[in-house]
Amino acid sequence: MSIDVEAWRGRAADEDAERTAAEGGSAVRLRAGSRALLGSLVRPHRRVLIVVVFLLLMQSGAEMAGPYLVMLGIDKGLPPLSAHPRHAGVMIDIGIAFAVSVVAAYCGKRGFIALSGKIGQAILLDLRNRVYRHFQRLSVGFHERYTSGRVISRLTSDMDSISELLDGGIEDLVLSALSVVSVAVILLVLDTPMALVSLVAFPFLLWLSRWFQQNSARAYRRTREAVALVIVHFVESTGGIRAVQVFRREPRNQEIFEAVNDEYRRANLRAFQLISLFSPGIKVIGNVTIAAVLTYGGYRVLHHHTEIGVLAAFLLYLRKFFEPMQDLSQFYNSLQSATAALEKLSGVLDEPPAVPEPATPRALPARAARGEIEFDEVSFGYRADRLVLPTFDLRIPAGQTLAVVGATGAGKTTIAKLVSRFYDPTGGKIRLDGVDLRDLPDEDLRSAVVMVTQENFLFSGTVADNIRFGRPGASDDEVVAAARAIGADGFIRALPEGYETDVRKRGGRLSAGQRQLVAFARAFLADPAVLILDEATSSLDVPSERLVQHALRTILASRTAIVIAHRLSTVEIADRVLVLDGGRIVEDGSPSVLIEGQGRYARLHRQWQDSLV
Amino acid sequence: MVWMFIAAAGATGASIVVPLVVQRVVDGPVRHRQPGGLLLLGALALLLGLVEALLIFIRRWTQSTTSLQMEYAIRNDLYAHLQRLPMSFHDRWQSGQLLSRVTTDLGVIRRFLSFGLIFLVVNLGTYIVVVLLLLRLYWPLGLVVALSSVPLFLASRKFTRYYLTISRLQQDQLGDLATLVEESAQGIRVIKSFGRRRHMGGLFHAGARLVHDTGVAKARLLARSWAEFDAVPNVTLAIVLVGGAYAVASGGMTVGGLVAFVSLQLMLIWPIDSLGWIIANGQEAMTAADRIYEVFDVQPSIVDGPDRLVARQAEGRLRFDAVSFTYPGADVPVLRHIDLEVEPGETLAIVGVTGSGKTSLVSLVPRLYDVTSGRITIDGRDVRSLRLDSLREIVGVAFEEPTLFSMSVRENLTLGRPDATDEEIAEALSVAQAEFVYELPWGLDTRVGEQGLSLSGGQRQRLALARAVIGKPRVLVLDDPLSALDVHTEALVEEALARVLRDTTALIVVHRPSTVALADRVALLRDGVIAAVGTHSELMATVPEYRAVLSAEAETSRVDA
Ligand SMILES: Nc1ncnc2c1ncn2[C@@H]1O[C@H](COP(=O)(O)OP(=O)(O)OP(=O)(O)O)[C@@H](O)[C@H]1O
Ligand SMILES: Nc1ncnc2c1ncn2[C@@H]1O[C@H](COP(=O)(O)OP(=O)(O)OP(=O)(O)O)[C@@H](O)[C@H]1O
Ligand SMILES: [Mg+2]
Ligand SMILES: [Mg+2]
Repeated sequence: MSIDVEAWRGRAADEDAERTAAEGGSAVRLRAGSRALLGSLVRPHRRVLIVVVFLLLMQSGAEMAGPYLVMLGIDKGLPPLSAHPRHAGVMIDIGIAFAVSVVAAYCGKRGFIALSGKIGQAILLDLRNRVYRHFQRLSVGFHERYTSGRVISRLTSDMDSISELLDGGIEDLVLSALSVVSVAVILLVLDTPMALVSLVAFPFLLWLSRWFQQNSARAYRRTREAVALVIVHFVESTGGIRAVQVFRREPRNQEIFEAVNDEYRRANLRAFQLISLFSPGIKVIGNVTIAAVLTYGGYRVLHHHTEIGVLAAFLLYLRKFFEPMQDLSQFYNSLQSATAALEKLSGVLDEPPAVPEPATPRALPARAARGEIEFDEVSFGYRADRLVLPTFDLRIPAGQTLAVVGATGAGKTTIAKLVSRFYDPTGGKIRLDGVDLRDLPDEDLRSAVVMVTQENFLFSGTVADNIRFGRPGASDDEVVAAARAIGADGFIRALPEGYETDVRKRGGRLSAGQRQLVAFARAFLADPAVLILDEATSSLDVPSERLVQHALRTILASRTAIVIAHRLSTVEIADRVLVLDGGRIVEDGSPSVLIEGQGRYARLHRQWQDSLV
Repeated sequence: MVWMFIAAAGATGASIVVPLVVQRVVDGPVRHRQPGGLLLLGALALLLGLVEALLIFIRRWTQSTTSLQMEYAIRNDLYAHLQRLPMSFHDRWQSGQLLSRVTTDLGVIRRFLSFGLIFLVVNLGTYIVVVLLLLRLYWPLGLVVALSSVPLFLASRKFTRYYLTISRLQQDQLGDLATLVEESAQGIRVIKSFGRRRHMGGLFHAGARLVHDTGVAKARLLARSWAEFDAVPNVTLAIVLVGGAYAVASGGMTVGGLVAFVSLQLMLIWPIDSLGWIIANGQEAMTAADRIYEVFDVQPSIVDGPDRLVARQAEGRLRFDAVSFTYPGADVPVLRHIDLEVEPGETLAIVGVTGSGKTSLVSLVPRLYDVTSGRITIDGRDVRSLRLDSLREIVGVAFEEPTLFSMSVRENLTLGRPDATDEEIAEALSVAQAEFVYELPWGLDTRVGEQGLSLSGGQRQRLALARAVIGKPRVLVLDDPLSALDVHTEALVEEALARVLRDTTALIVVHRPSTVALADRVALLRDGVIAAVGTHSELMATVPEYRAVLSAEAETSRVDA
């Protein structure tokens, strides 16, 4: 299936846009990063791990004792018993020993699985939390290029492959490695020349493992990428299912989905084919060695260099040597898959936040922010070659209500996002109460500046939860008061379960205006020193908008506010109006003065008045 | 599939034969000093070894191909099914739950198909064969071994029951966690704006903690059950040993017989040991299949009708005929007894306060939802009698939320009309005053950020408008299409749109008086009922409520109310 991904997804700033910085680096660094991450995850558990290994040894020891006791029973217990039915002493001893070994095996196994499961889960929890927290720390700009689908893919699919390793890995690794080593020693002791012949297998084993490691690392990396694309496409198309269905997008979506799904299938297939070659490859090496030793050993026996018994034992042990190799190869495979996932995750964890918290934070001069904002020669562009704000100077005194108007795309939202520090300016400084935003601790900034975004995103959960997002500690009464203040109380009470109604994903249970009111109430409850309203009433009907504006007069009286609006009715409550064009301030003054003049705002205002009934 | 089992059985067989060859070597050429025979048998061992490896290779290779193919096919089907399911389904289901079905659950099934199933069959076969051989060797002890399957069976039944519950719980919890992750990635601006990183971190931790706790409980369950599975053959072995010793003592069995018996019995350890693992694997696959079938079992409630209306010949007469609508799961109707008629080429504006049901009303036209009673007709044909693609070709829609995707601008514009020409695109862009797209870094090929967030609000909305008018649909449904535009741009768009609307039937949801000018008539919606219909000036003159909803002056009386 051929779908030109480039043509479909379109072109983005640069081809690595969707990667973390670390992923652009060399494979060696990637691997080192994932190893370091693994180490830091396992380190807190190393004491318990010793217990785990002990339990494992106890279990396997007890289980190995079984056949040995059988042999003892037959060699030592049986003869006296056959001689006389009353001479059962040895047999009883062996029976007791057997019982002990069964109990030990049971306890060992049970303890081992429970404990190693516990460690595995603790590691996963730790990893999940770390990655999630780091994603939350990364800038809005990062999330814009990385897309939510990728975030989800890292925190679900990648975690799955790590949990797969943790589920079955340790046992295979420890037991197999143990038996390989011990058998190798026995072999050397038994008959050195024959052991040396079997050692010829080693270079081949090493070569095969290296081959597998290199190729499968590449293959599994590809699967991680491919599954992320599947998830990205899936998340987007189910999120926008309304548009998908109305615009009959289904066939094309199906085509795209099958293409990315097929790429995932192929990537997996490649990885699986590698292990399909690797595992029998080891078998071949083992079996060839056995055949060689068999012939060579037989030859040695023929020439009286060694005993038949030794040859027999040697061959049996040799099988025991190669059998766990299969388990090891399986473990190696899971390890490769998990490593690819760990690489991705460590890439995320190593990604430095583009909008970092200050290393040496400065506190605001007053205990609570007063809300004075200053743009000092700020320049900013989302892309280096396209400045949205060429040079921007602005001082908003504390307590002022500033309205920003201008054509769409003029850069109004951009200003708001800079004040909220979603991005850092490319040049110049933005200060709150005289402190550069970059020096301000995140907590202080966020409690001082709150923005109602143009998109007014709601989380799934109750209406009350969503409003309370503004101030998680708020009581029910405070939530209701906030809703009442902006005139949302009425409709909320009319919902089937009032404040406890689930608004569903993205607030889909509510109408657009209702969503906007809830988002507004949420910001109001947060009670910040600086409130930014970006088109906060665009979806409201005129009466509700009036209601909100009425409320705004009191809400904004005590704080600094930046109000972005196309409906100039909102602007009337402002102390000052800024007219923006192409990222530059073209007019600045109080609304009443500007209306009197002949400038842009006056024209805009006339046009708006004409549009009213 | 069959080949996989044959290959698996063959490989097991070959691995059993190799020790026999070894025994031959020891008993034959070595003991009788025949160098020739030695080479021959050595070659045989080599051959068998290679055959074993080859069979393993074949099994694995075909297994990976078939199981991946199956995963791929089911995933495609699931996706196709989800795209067919109506809005009411997607409203209710958390996206993370759907996603985890499409990725994690399918992976679990694939894993079972490629390992668990094979070993289940092969091991069961081994078990039965060995037990039969044991019964033949010495039936009283053979019976003991056979009876040991009873506690095994009981233990596995208990295990199965608990494990099913717990793995279901965990998979659901993982789905919830995925939902949370999705929301916190998509709501990152809100989270940052309010500085709620820690709060969200706490929520996530709580969710991940639940997964963790279930995981630990699962490990405990596995530990107990697997240890039990392991103990059964060990206990049996002890009984066999002691019992065998007495049997030998009393002459019921030879020593050689006992040795053979025990060594054969040892072959049972691995199949029993792996039983726990296979059952767990199988249960997880069952849970996953259950979860997937929950989705497959939902029948699409909005399906094609038998007829097709040729888009070009459609007149575009739209009628609402006693339409009532209740959202699935809600008790109260949002729309009651709506009667409306829009003549071909006419534009009807819909006005009403927030939550009065405007969006609900217009989403019935392209059948995002189906009416609860009454009917909607286009050119006299019930929309439910039309094929969906035919209906949706006739009706063009712009939602109040722009809903863009992270793909090229072109692909976003031509969502439903991949065959649109560059001229058609240019025309639509000029109607929506969205020529800014040509100035993007790569013009129409520029990738739009997720949900269009790399564009400004007004730019998004204009793209969505252009998308709706592209290809000149007969019926246009525009839900508050100009809310994010500044006054100046709004006027330009209105002017261009007026040309389009001249010969298109249109329903436009409107909040601003300025946009009402586009409409020939206006319908006022109040609490899901049409309160008045008429021209703008008529309604202004005669309906005070209409004036209140639309006019800028009549505010104070409501504020105080
Ligand atoms: N995340 C982004 N990445 C790249 N470019 C962006 C991004 N956000 C905005 N832009 C571009 O920056 C310019 C200014 O956008 P901004 O959102 O500030 O406009 P605005 O004045 O708020 O317009 P509107 O009234 O339509 O909301 C636009 O040309 C827009 O395409
Ligand atoms: N998916 C849904 N399930 C149940 N109820 C819903 C759903 N969507 C909307 N509602 C409810 O139905 C009513 C009408 O909503 P609708 O979106 O049609 O309003 P609207 O007139 O478009 O409002 P607005 O002007 O704010 O967009 C509202 O009270 C809303 O809460
Ligand atoms: Mg904006
Ligand atoms: Mg609406």
